[in-house]
Amino acid sequence: MSRLAVPKTYKLYIGGKFPRSESGRVYEILDASGGFLANAAQASRKDARDAVVAARNAVSGWSNATGYNRGQVLYRIAELLEGRRAQFIDEIVASEGVSPSVAGSQVDEAIDRWIWYAGWADKYTQVAGNANAVSGPYFNISVPEATGVVAIIAPQDSSLIGFVSAVAPALVAGNTVVVVASQRLPLSAISLAEVLATSDVPGGVVNILTGSPAEIAPWLASHADVNALDLVGASDLDWISLQIAAAETLMRVLPPESGPDAALPSLARITAFTETKTVWHTKSLI
Amino acid sequence: MTTEQAVRPDSAVTKDHAVSPASRAVEVLGGELTEQSLKRYLAGIPGVDAVGLHARAADLGSRSIKTTSKAWALDRIISLIDLTTLEGADTPGKVRSLVAKGLTPDAGDLSCPRVAAVCVYGDMVPAAVEALGVFHGENVEGGINVAAVATAFPSGRASLAVKLADTADAVAAGADEIDMVIDRGAFLSGRYGQVFDEIVAVKEACRRVDGSYAHLKVILETGELNTYDNVRRASWLAILAGGDFIKTSTGKVAPAATLPVTLLMLEVVRDWHRLTGEKIGVKPAGGIRTSKDAIKYLVTVAETAGEEWLQPHLFRFGASSLLNDVLLQRQKLASGHYSGADYVTID
Repeated sequence: MSRLAVPKTYKLYIGGKFPRSESGRVYEILDASGGFLANAAQASRKDARDAVVAARNAVSGWSNATGYNRGQVLYRIAELLEGRRAQFIDEIVASEGVSPSVAGSQVDEAIDRWIWYAGWADKYTQVAGNANAVSGPYFNISVPEATGVVAIIAPQDSSLIGFVSAVAPALVAGNTVVVVASQRLPLSAISLAEVLATSDVPGGVVNILTGSPAEIAPWLASHADVNALDLVGASDLDWISLQIAAAETLMRVLPPESGPDAALPSLARITAFTETKTVWHTKSLI
Repeated sequence: MTTEQAVRPDSAVTKDHAVSPASRAVEVLGGELTEQSLKRYLAGIPGVDAVGLHARAADLGSRSIKTTSKAWALDRIISLIDLTTLEGADTPGKVRSLVAKGLTPDAGDLSCPRVAAVCVYGDMVPAAVEALGVFHGENVEGGINVAAVATAFPSGRASLAVKLADTADAVAAGADEIDMVIDRGAFLSGRYGQVFDEIVAVKEACRRVDGSYAHLKVILETGELNTYDNVRRASWLAILAGGDFIKTSTGKVAPAATLPVTLLMLEVVRDWHRLTGEKIGVKPAGGIRTSKDAIKYLVTVAETAGEEWLQPHLFRFGASSLLNDVLLQRQKLASGHYSGADYVTID
């Protein structure tokens, strides 16, 4: 007698908890050949609202941690990802229909990118900051600081690499994120949430919504408490009007990217979500 | 108890439904008012079905209030707020900014109603009165009241003379409303007469030189009364002694206002209205921080005491952070998108 399979219901990740959608909706995740794979929560605008509240509450703790500390916490996540490698490979094989070796190289690439960004946490200020030239006996220093809550539309045609490439750079500077995962391939995102929940990342720093980006994105774009909007995975949406909505509250916006080079690791993705603070200080008491 | 104080006839009454302080007790209890008769009366009040109370409160909290009803409710909540600052670190400057916020809650939308009152410590009353200027008092168009906490708030641990001086001082400085605390120690040890006498005496201290009275809100501090039966008894006691309002908490003790406790107090107020035709106010205070919670209270008031209670004379919220959340919800309804803390003033 064959054993009955126990399909998993993938829930949202908001404020360090795994709630169902406030709306009670779920949608079916299909495998590459169109068969049933799992149920995932279909987030509503109110879930997005709750996620922004959770993200806002987490900003001060995460952005005030030292860069060194953030780097350690992010590196720890990469360690945990490595330990769950097999689970991620299984999910990618099931949902994308690729071979285990292809899935394995995707997971490796995602972990490597995560580590690459983790290393920047205590270094990007040295590169992006500056001691400005002045004609007086004082220092004038510009330093980049986290902008606050970043809403991200994750790449829609990638399970793990796209998600990691969009989320990791925003975290480096001390931002907190609300990310809408790939609608068709959300399993890796929620599994990553399970990694985050058991790591040292404070609750609310990463909030993950699954469901329809077309439904949720306009609410995030117009939300006055969101400071920046990464539209990297929004090429299939009406992203022009999302940009217009975001402009109402002067959000920083990154445009959609597509193709194999989408969201390649770069320092620019880190500094995109920072604000520059310039301060002066006397050189001496002479 | 000193009956000559309790039954003192009082004719110089101008404000509202105010009657001479203890005449309520004399009328309801009948005969001579003594510690014993008071105790017998309060002991005779039936106990509270806590499970039923919780179920009823939970049920009242599940109503769906949307769109135009929500817009109405949000505006009504603002006009029922006692905007409060009760910190040891309060300064005249802090009170001035509180008053400014009470007068203009949302600088981006001047159609936003004003709060009912600002609630401060007694020594800050002159600062509040000065900051309000021509808008001081509910009888002025667009005016708001000044409420002062008195009687050794929040503990109430001082001699009666100090409590009365505290009260008279605030009234003389221009306070329109006095929030007094009952002596929970006396109440819990069964000295109801002492609590009664104090409320009567404080009510007398609320008398202004022109013979009118400042509104007296009696804080029961339900978080320290331990049982719902005690809350019900203390509510009756406060009303019998002449309180114009019964208020749940100081906000300094957890738990502060909860929906079941407020429901229970509203039921007492409703019963008192049925008994005597007189309307007593209720003020939940402390712990109400979101519009969603506040709307639950509005529903509870409307379905328990009646919709006519939803006016500043009969219902208040004691709150500070609630106002900002209501303003955010108001902005969301007006603009169609979610607002953020950057769009309201920091208290």
